[in-house]
Parts: sequence; structure tokens; C-alpha cells
Amino acid sequence: MAVSHLQCKECKAQYPLEALYVCEQCFGPLEVAYDHSGSSLDVGELRRRIQGGPQNIWRYADFLPLAGGPPGPSGRLASRVGLPAGCTPLIRADRLAERLGLREVWVKNDAANPTHSFKDRVVSVAVTRARELGFETIACASTGNLANSVAAHGAALGMDSYVFIPANLEEQKILATGIYGTKLVSVDGSYDDVNRLCTELCAERDWAFVNINLRPYYAEGSKTLAFEIAEQLGWELPDRCVVPVASGSLFTKIAAGFQEWSELGLIEGESFPRMNGAQAEGCSPVASAYADGHDVCRPVKPDTIAKSLAIGNPADGPYALDLARRTGGSVDAVSDEEIRAGIKLLAETTGVFTETAGGVTTAVLSKLAARGDIDPDERVVLVITGDGLKTLDAVRDSFETYKIGASVEAFENTVPEAVTV
Amino acid sequence: MTVLVKIPTQLRAAAEGTAETEVSGETVAEALNGLYERYGELRERISNEDGSLRRFVNVYLAGEDIRFLDGLATPVPDGAELTILPAVAGG
Repeated sequence: MAVSHLQCKECKAQYPLEALYVCEQCFGPLEVAYDHSGSSLDVGELRRRIQGGPQNIWRYADFLPLAGGPPGPSGRLASRVGLPAGCTPLIRADRLAERLGLREVWVKNDAANPTHSFKDRVVSVAVTRARELGFETIACASTGNLANSVAAHGAALGMDSYVFIPANLEEQKILATGIYGTKLVSVDGSYDDVNRLCTELCAERDWAFVNINLRPYYAEGSKTLAFEIAEQLGWELPDRCVVPVASGSLFTKIAAGFQEWSELGLIEGESFPRMNGAQAEGCSPVASAYADGHDVCRPVKPDTIAKSLAIGNPADGPYALDLARRTGGSVDAVSDEEIRAGIKLLAETTGVFTETAGGVTTAVLSKLAARGDIDPDERVVLVITGDGLKTLDAVRDSFETYKIGASVEAFENTVPEAVTV
Repeated sequence: MTVLVKIPTQLRAAAEGTAETEVSGETVAEALNGLYERYGELRERISNEDGSLRRFVNVYLAGEDIRFLDGLATPVPDGAELTILPAVAGG
């Protein structure tokens, strides 16, 4: 196994692979460290090993922080235990590219996961590690998508779960959480209040809070998005990735996945992808710090329709800023109007209906294209993290419905027909 | 002013295992100084050399992040609760 230990991102102090998330020396975040030096496989063998794996994230088990490899005694069958995430489509979006004056745009549609967002990746890894560590109860602080995923994984694996959400969450996300039989706790406050509460609760309970005490393992799940993108592009790096930024964890871990595979020689590419972060103007602490040239983020009180990105106090903000600057990318913010337009643009040109976070990402891509930041020859990947059915209010009244009686005459008098040549 | 400071689990080893303790001070900075005087090791864990908080340390006064108030200069009412927590990325 390549997983080695936990390490402080700041002072590099080392810790055992337990349910720890904060460095006791400097309070920095812990992350998982690997040692691939023991592998005797060459690149070709490694690629074939991945390709021969299950059609879900456990095909990348060698790069995930599990002591026992893929869950269960025999990889291929047992990997179906629980809610296997991943292997979502990477769609070539020529009509979107054409609309934006670009040559090659790909949409990574992570709405095609079991609970319709990328969170199934991180939760699969966190919950599997939690079981390895002997936890019986899972929990989370969530802006919605994580709530859906933790509740569903608890149901699939027969584990008790507690899900804490801010009270103002979209109704769809509340319904698609409670139905799994979780203990759903709606907190009067913002996500940042929920997060603070859960950090306090976590200290006193023997629960696996997937995004708190299991966070180092949880975050690793996001690397599988990078692995899939690279594998689906034929073991190549894209030139640019546009990714939504809430806490900054997904954004930085996608880059970490590309980095890890580049170092192993698994992927080819002349230069590292430019990483563009996408935020909503109503909650843009990272984009603001980027624009102001700061290397830390000032927390904000969120007010945006992109509630899944409404983290006003992004703990990975400094790393997200560093990544954007280091790779020649950026962190940009778009208005609620632009977010709605982004959802519509993606739907009309690709057939992919995304939630507000995907509207943010698409709108930022439009902005970058309009600003001339993207070379027309670039291969761009747009990361779509969640399903439009989760945020229906955002698109209400965004189109016209023709209402007619059930007669041919009514139809002909009311509905303009396409002229075919 | 007497303030109740809640110490996170990760720092309790440096505070003789204490989970919460009462200190006095007029501002958040003074209350934290009171804490450092009692448990010297906490100073370097929580604060930078210039006295500002390390970037992954969050301090809340009655549940509100002090960065939304007046930071370390925020006045503390008598009987207030000051909570120190690690910053955690969410989602």
C-alpha cells in the first residue's frame, strides 16, 4: 500500500493514519502522504491495473488513503458494496465551445453520481476509512450536496448518520436528505455557524464527521476527478480546468491528483493545467483575495443563490489562491444573474442541467473566454459538480411555456413552428 | 471582565488537559493573554510572534467569528464565552 501517514500541510509534522485533522503544533490542516516508491510496476502495468479495475472510484484505490485497498475481500465484486461513485461522463461540448469562441471544451458531468453530485466521491472514501477505523456513526456539516451523500451512504452501509444543515437550504436538498432516514438537524444559522457547531460537537463524540475529523481522507476523494479526467482524455492533461470554489478543497485536490499522476509518469502533458476557480459574487472571499493580491481570505457573510458554494470562511482559501497564481489561472466571481445565464447556456448547448454551482463554473468560463484569457487552441475542462434538479428555484420562470387547448388550431395559432429547409 | 475560554481538544495537552477556563480581560486580546499567562505553551500554538492569530485558528465570541467584530480588539462583556477552534474546510 502506498498510503503512508498524515502530515501537516504547514509545518510537515507527521501523525499516524487516524481520525485526526489538525496539527497540534501549529494548528495547520493535516493531509494524507503517500509513498509510491515501493511499487515495482512500470507505467504501462500501472495503467492496465487501473483499467482492469471496477467502473467506479475504487479503480484508483492505489492512490486513496485506505489501509485495506478497495472495500471488501475481492476488489471487483465487493467494490459494489455501498454506493460506488465516479466514472462519470466526460462530454465533448462542441456547441458550448463554439458559442464561446473556443476550440475544445469538455464537460465533466459529476451530477452523474449516485446522489447527483461530486460529494459521493469524497464521502465514499471518508466512510470507507471511517469503517476501517471502527466508527459506527457518520456525520457532516453540509451546504446540501454533502447532506444528500452522507445520508445515502449511511443508508447503503447500515450506519447511523447525523446531518447538520443551515436552515435556509433549498427544499430539494432537504427532501433528498431526509428520505434516507438520517437524523437531519436544521440549524438556525449560516453554513459557517453549522461548521463551527459541528467542530465543537466532533470533539465530544465518537462519530466520524466526514468533513471534520475524517477530512484528510475525505479530501483525497476529490483527486479521483482529476484521475478520471486524465484517463478519459487518454492519459493526458488538459490545458485548463475551471472548478467551483467553496472551501477550496475540491479545487486544490484536483490539482493534487494531476500532480501525483504526473510525477508517476502516468499522464503526459507539456505543462501543468491552468487552474481557474469559480465563485459567486455573493460569497467570494477567495476571488476577492485573488483580485486584491492577498494570500489569505477575509471571511464574508454569504448571500447568493449558489448555496452549495456559500462558505464564507474557506479554510483552504490560502492554498486555492496559491494554486491559481502558481498555474497561471485565476479565481473569478460572477453575479446571480450570470449564474442563471450559465445554467441556461450549459443546458442549451450540452443537454446537461446543472445546479447553481455549475452555473457559477459555466459563467466563469464565459467570462474568461470573453476576456480573452483563453487561447482558442486550449483544451478546457469544465467541472460540473451537481444536478440542476437540486436547485429548481434558480431556473423558475426562465423560459416560456405555450398553454393551449387540445386542438390543432390552438396549436397552430399559438406556437411558432420551426421552419425546416 | 471575566470570560470563559473554551479550549479545543487539540490544544488541551498544552493546557494541562483543561477544556475550559475563566480568565479576565477587557478585550479578546487581553483575555487570550490571560490564557497564555496560565498556559504558556498555548501562545505559540495560537498566535504569531506579532500577537496576531495564526491563520488556521478561529476565535468566536458568543458564537460570532471575531473577524466580523473588531478582531482581537473586540471588547468582551462580563460572562462572555470565547471559543477557540481550528479552521476546517467544509462542503
